Amino acid sequence: MSASAAPTLTPSLDSVRFATHLSQRSYLPAWWLETKKAAWNQFNALPMPSRTDETWRFSSLSSLDISGFELPEDASQHIPNLSDFPHAAEIIYSNRQLVARSAVPADLVAQGVIFAPLDEALTKHGDLVKKYFQKLPANLGSEKFVALNTAFTGTGSLLYVPKGVEITSPFVVQHTLSGANKAAFPHTIVILEDNAKATLVEFFVSADKSRHLASGVNDLHAGPGAQLTYVGAQNWSADTLAFQTNSIVAERDAKVLSLNVHLGGRQARHESHSRLLGPGAHSEMLALTVATGDHEFDQRTLQTHVSPNTTSNLLYKNALLDTAKTIFSGLIIVEPDAQKTDAYQKNRNLILSDDAEAHSLPGLEIQANDVRCSHGSTSSRIEPEQEFYLQARGIKPEAAKQMLIFAFFEEVLNKLENEALHKSLSTLIESKFKK
Amino acid sequence: MSSLEIRDLVVALTATPDKPIVKGLNLTIKTGEVHAIMGPNGTGKSTLSKAIAGHPDYQIISGDVILDGKSILEMEPDERARAGLFLAFQYPSEIPGVSIANFLRAAVQARMAEGEELDATGYYKKLYGKMDMLKIDRKFTSRSVNEGFSGGEKKRCEILQMAMLEPSFSLMDETDSGLDIDALKIVAEGVNAMRGDKLGVLLITHYQRLLDYIVPDFVHVMYDGRIVKSGDKSLALELEAKGYDWVKTELAAV
Ligand SMILES: Nc1ncnc2c1ncn2[C@@H]1O[C@H](COP(=O)(O)OP(=O)(O)OP(=O)(O)O)[C@@H](O)[C@H]1O
Ligand SMILES: [Mg+2]
Repeated sequence: MSASAAPTLTPSLDSVRFATHLSQRSYLPAWWLETKKAAWNQFNALPMPSRTDETWRFSSLSSLDISGFELPEDASQHIPNLSDFPHAAEIIYSNRQLVARSAVPADLVAQGVIFAPLDEALTKHGDLVKKYFQKLPANLGSEKFVALNTAFTGTGSLLYVPKGVEITSPFVVQHTLSGANKAAFPHTIVILEDNAKATLVEFFVSADKSRHLASGVNDLHAGPGAQLTYVGAQNWSADTLAFQTNSIVAERDAKVLSLNVHLGGRQARHESHSRLLGPGAHSEMLALTVATGDHEFDQRTLQTHVSPNTTSNLLYKNALLDTAKTIFSGLIIVEPDAQKTDAYQKNRNLILSDDAEAHSLPGLEIQANDVRCSHGSTSSRIEPEQEFYLQARGIKPEAAKQMLIFAFFEEVLNKLENEALHKSLSTLIESKFKK
Repeated sequence: MSSLEIRDLVVALTATPDKPIVKGLNLTIKTGEVHAIMGPNGTGKSTLSKAIAGHPDYQIISGDVILDGKSILEMEPDERARAGLFLAFQYPSEIPGVSIANFLRAAVQARMAEGEELDATGYYKKLYGKMDMLKIDRKFTSRSVNEGFSGGEKKRCEILQMAMLEPSFSLMDETDSGLDIDALKIVAEGVNAMRGDKLGVLLITHYQRLLDYIVPDFVHVMYDGRIVKSGDKSLALELEAKGYDWVKTELAAV
């Protein structure tokens, strides 16, 4: 009998690694380093989600394995180009390295627009970051993984648009991972001042099939009258454990549209919390998921209406194939002062396989009396008459099915003003079907 | 010349195979010919056309449908369409989220060889040409297939598809119903423009009026799942004058 092999040294995100991470960033503001230390402690203090957590109902817990991951040090050779639509500027990370960055147009710079990688933003605009960084966290169950993000984040961006500046061309941030057991912790902050308008599109992708871990967090802040559009599209590898947490804040008369596209990941958890803080604020919360294989997509949302005359509209659409599983759990809270609230929440599941599993947990908590709220979830299948109609025109069954899946998504994609972006996202979604 | 042969066809609902709707129907259509079928409501005209197109609700109990000497019964609906069959539906489906342009492009693309690229400019040129011919507003290309279309718009859209896909045999199920008189003329002109030795048509209709515009070579009367009388276009006039009771009494007399 041979002696048992020495235990393999698995890399991991331990205290030693954290200390190194911190020491490499000693040039950053002290408050930031303190925030990171506190987050690291919080990460260690918080338990892993357990069966008794209501916020993890129906989620697979044993697969939430975050051991054995490491922070990549070298950029990948292969960086997919996803921003094939006209854009104002872009920041591209590969394996946590800033590999490309286009200059912000001079006229925007002159107007005070800032679009900078996170570390640079901390150095040059530290106060701005400090004012908004996780001031109103989502708090929907992933606090431990958000803390891990804060502890290790170094990639990400700040988009700041001053009062009255309207920009139609989107800003793009891309995060790419490659190589086995690599992890990414992007953090993005978007701040629009009064009546500003801007769009930020963020891509999260694996450049290979390796096992990856990602925990992304963002703070989206729309000041009075601002119009903020955020698109987060992930196409992680089929062996990725991914968390994405959105905090959305809309002040008086602000309009926020957020769209999360989920294509990849073995297990992908997405949390999104909209807070409607000022009268007239609106949040449009959208998501599209193509759930394939035996993957799990776990979505937790909250629409908090704080002020009167606020509106929110949530539409999450999931297409389920194979033995995939989706969980949608959404809550609308209308606080006592938020009279004349209009809040809607819809989860629509398109079931394409008998073995797929869609869970839906819609919820309402209304503390005001003059409100209009509705929530609902539906599961449907492809309409046989529609399928036959397409086939009767010679379209092959697979293509017909795909067209009907896209038709199902169109209602969501149509809400994007930007045609080129719409088209680009369609192409990205299509790539998921090209095996 | 091609031919579509319907031989002793018996069709039932898949759910109730023991209750045939089409009860032994024979008809041969050659390219270059226009056949009209008339018959009372519920006699099995749509059942016949959908069964030929391969609709899964209908089961062929016996008989055969032969396209150029080859049975199509083992073919999937999409294969039948690519082999040259076209069904203009009596009630076309609405497909929200699929634009006419994308839908037709997919249908055209499905007919091309693997790896062959669609020439987008040529495609749009052809599409707009056909739309102009059928007096369909070009804005319709970005609208979802049949969604919110008026009855007449749906029928015109069926003809547009037929014009784009150039089938060798077209089964047109009450394409005239729901059309106003101007639209009827436009559609008839469209069909007449396609007429020729490359196209055979089976025209299902209740109205002799259509046959003034699309003059058939043959008229058949369908009754209780069978063709009970055939003739030339004068048969349609006779039917119009005498009604189906006339056919019934004639049948009873046999
Ligand atoms: N999918 C179906 N489910 C139930 N019954 C059906 C179905 N299709 C056809 N039938 C029945 O079969 C018979 C023939 O119907 P079909 O639609 O073929 O008639 P038709 O000749 O086209 O009538 P119309 O002139 O009214 O269009 C009718 O009694 C109809 O109710
Ligand atoms: Mg009919």
